[in-house]
Amino acid sequence: MKSLAELQAIKDKMKNKVVLREGTGEIRVVVGMATCGIAAGARPVLNAFVEGVNKEDLSDKVTVSQTGCIGICQYEPVVEVFEAGKEKVTYVKMNAEKAAEVIESHLKNGNVVEKYTIGANQ
Amino acid sequence: MKELSLNILDIAGNSVKAGATCVQITITETDETFLLVFKDDGCGMTKEQVENVTDPFFTTRTTRNVGLGIPFLKLAAEQTGGSFSIESATAREHPENHGTTTTALFNKNSIDFTPLGDVISTVTTLIMGSPGIDWRFTHTYGEKEVCIDTAEIRAVLGDGVPLDSYEVIEWIKSSLEEEYDSFYNN
Repeated sequence: MKSLAELQAIKDKMKNKVVLREGTGEIRVVVGMATCGIAAGARPVLNAFVEGVNKEDLSDKVTVSQTGCIGICQYEPVVEVFEAGKEKVTYVKMNAEKAAEVIESHLKNGNVVEKYTIGANQ
Repeated sequence: MKELSLNILDIAGNSVKAGATCVQITITETDETFLLVFKDDGCGMTKEQVENVTDPFFTTRTTRNVGLGIPFLKLAAEQTGGSFSIESATAREHPENHGTTTTALFNKNSIDFTPLGDVISTVTTLIMGSPGIDWRFTHTYGEKEVCIDTAEIRAVLGDGVPLDSYEVIEWIKSSLEEEYDSFYNN
């Protein structure tokens, strides 16, 4: 492994930051990562969300997590967005580029990208 | 699956679901062979489950009656002229030493050998998905070795910084990138 001293530096830098993060996360982004999702390309979609959310400094209000099979394998990669007080949004047949659009429009500015939702793809 | 690393991501998910606290993923390469072993300390499988696990219509999941993860990996290995096996001990029968070991052996020089692909991304995705598990990933080829052990990383970070923090995941990623650079270029 790489030098653990570097890791120590990360730890020192992050101590204060982590406390702030706890208990927030108004928006939850969940990526389906079962066999169906993985085979359809969910891994780069998940990573696009993780990187995008951190680069756009949205990590205080958005958490990104993985789940198993959502049950609509033909629409994978599937991404669900949960927000308190709002109806769940299900994005289907996702890729990294579409993820970037969802981050910009939906997560940052609150506008659902209708064309990628399951409703627009049935 | 387009890359073997995607099979790895998928199969390691079974260890997570089995409640494992430690999952070892080991790749051992020679000039001719590629050996992939998953070893976990999860709840294990019964004899009946082990016998049926390569049947695509046998699954533990409830959303539908198809389970393709293990059959995909078995096919990927066997299509190269390799082999596949699973050994398991249930927590009920072996409370002291339970878990599952899944082994896939590939013939690297077969035209049907699936390339490993982005295994770094697979490792970071697994750690992000289950930061509480001790993940030990080792890839050796003769004298050369790439290794990551989240127990060691957690020992440095202590309780204050979660393993799935973005900064830590980025560090793990660049650590693996550096190691793979010398792995493939020397």
